[in-house]
Amino acid sequence: MMLAVEDLQIHYATRDGVARAVDGASFVVPEGRIVGLVGESGCGKTTAVRAIMGVLAENGRRAGGKVVFKGTAIDERTTRPLLWREIAYVPQSAMSSLDPVYTVGAQIVEVLVKRGNASRAQAKARAAELFELVGLSDRRLADYPHQFSGGMRQRAAIAMALALEPSLLLADEPVTALDVIVQRQILDMLRALQQRLKLSMVMVTHDISVVAYLCDEVVVMYAGQVVESGPVREVLARPRHPYTMGLRNAFPDLLSDAMELVPIHGSPPDLRAELVGCRFAPRCPFVQPACTSGAITPEVAVNHLTACRRSAEADTLRAAALDPKTWHS
Amino acid sequence: MSTLVPKERALLELRDVVKHFPVSRSLSEIVRGRHPVVRALDGITLDIGAGDAIAIVGESGCGKTTLGRLMLKLTEPSGGAIAFDGAALDGLAGESLRAFRRQAQLVFQNPFDALNPRFTIYRAVAEPLLNAGIAKSEHADRVASAFRRVHLPDLERYLDRYPHQLSGGQLQRVVLARALVLGPRFLVADEPVSMLDVSVRAGILALLREVRDAMGLTAVYISHDLALVRYLCERTVVMYLGTVVEDGPTAEIVRNPRHPYTRALVAAVPVPDADQSRSPLPISGNVPDAREPPSGCRFRDRCPHAFARCAEEVPALRTTASGHRVACHLDG
Repeated sequence: MMLAVEDLQIHYATRDGVARAVDGASFVVPEGRIVGLVGESGCGKTTAVRAIMGVLAENGRRAGGKVVFKGTAIDERTTRPLLWREIAYVPQSAMSSLDPVYTVGAQIVEVLVKRGNASRAQAKARAAELFELVGLSDRRLADYPHQFSGGMRQRAAIAMALALEPSLLLADEPVTALDVIVQRQILDMLRALQQRLKLSMVMVTHDISVVAYLCDEVVVMYAGQVVESGPVREVLARPRHPYTMGLRNAFPDLLSDAMELVPIHGSPPDLRAELVGCRFAPRCPFVQPACTSGAITPEVAVNHLTACRRSAEADTLRAAALDPKTWHS
Repeated sequence: MSTLVPKERALLELRDVVKHFPVSRSLSEIVRGRHPVVRALDGITLDIGAGDAIAIVGESGCGKTTLGRLMLKLTEPSGGAIAFDGAALDGLAGESLRAFRRQAQLVFQNPFDALNPRFTIYRAVAEPLLNAGIAKSEHADRVASAFRRVHLPDLERYLDRYPHQLSGGQLQRVVLARALVLGPRFLVADEPVSMLDVSVRAGILALLREVRDAMGLTAVYISHDLALVRYLCERTVVMYLGTVVEDGPTAEIVRNPRHPYTRALVAAVPVPDADQSRSPLPISGNVPDAREPPSGCRFRDRCPHAFARCAEEVPALRTTASGHRVACHLDG
């Protein structure tokens, strides 16, 4: 197993109390697989990834749980030497990871020299190699970030992340800000790199269709918890959690015949409040009295995990979820 | 174009509209007295009928946002003509311009940026009334009716609040209320839902359709997302590098795209279904520099079907039998 996250708890201190941004999330990243971490704003997906890297915001702390990398539990201190060399990161906006006052090449050389103990000459040769790997001409190493288009910047950020040959790549919405054609080019490139370099990847995204296109496994998060996870084909074709069903309905589909997108009414709960029962219950069309008390124990059926009281009835609920009327408030 | 039966006049007519932006000059260009320009729009001809909803799609830099701004007279064309309800936009001034401003409204892209953080929601929505010189005694009623239209119930709960106290979905409703408060006939929405979460987005799309039907609006939706506009617009205009390459019924464009660029765009849209086998992207490379577009067809250097004529001759936007328009030498 490349990475295992076990019962992770991340708390942020805010003016109005503690926000439990991640509240007991568990998932694994098998070696050589691409795992999509999917959910809407505030579900804890970015926080989970930052926690894996040990780079939480100032007011955040790991309040419980374990992150196990290649069989060894790691914390903030022991993660630091692993960054770049073992665990690398690709941010959503490459503009924020690239320094505007240095050439892109200089920044990659810097990583190779400072972190990888390479000589300047070695680093320059390697930077050219990395650019070729991500489909950029090595002449562009002399350019500044603002001279790059959005897609080229994202390629450069990926080249930089791969500089020290990490085994795990964490990417936070790496294609969200890009146009569809560029997006597809980057996704195809990520898949090719993953196979060529035998990478394991975590891809944070709100976009189910990106997960469908690129990922092998998917972990669906809601309000700081994992509500469903499993192989992408299985989870998207036969979702077992009502939130996943609703998300699938709400997602635009170019090829479907449906002329309506069905919203999920309401909004996620305030994570500063004391929450009991299923967190999706207030928005769930299938809610029952039992859902609003106690903790929900996830059930696992052939690698497919579902945290829903009614998961035994999933097939019936899924059929009902296809009817837009089910979701009308 | 010759039509025997006179067509009902379109609400918005664009004829060969051109927009150039000056770009910063290099020293040699200054010395030689050259003034290089980006041809952001290069000859757009388009009619939008009253009550129509059309989508303008294309990648960043294709000129779609500039086109929307021209339609609202927020910027002036470098050439060509635009008419609204039969009146040339460049001739509007004084009262006729104020009347146009009341009738044509913009819905901003990002609801988080569209509202002044220091204004209450009431003030934000009432501001267009103030600018249009509507008597203050009418403001409260007009704002209330705009709020009802966008389904923000419990009016009094919101009016004294500030933008940061609202969720993204609520803010987008406020932004829409602000655009509707003057009772416009024409709306341009630039990526109206791209910043919202999916579960909220569906609700806003449904609202946009409902408002359009209820008020009989003519609407232009600018988006990079073909999958989204499918739920909003019967007609789609596809742009590439400042030109219209295809224009037709949305269902046709999605199911049976004719221009090679549209085909690539459709093929690239990801779908939320892992069983869907996707064909490889039929084009490679990037959108070329708009300062030096290719000769002839602007898409030719990325087109898998390009042949000699494509470099020599700009393909005309021809109308096909089905009323579809396509600008490709291989078509028609």
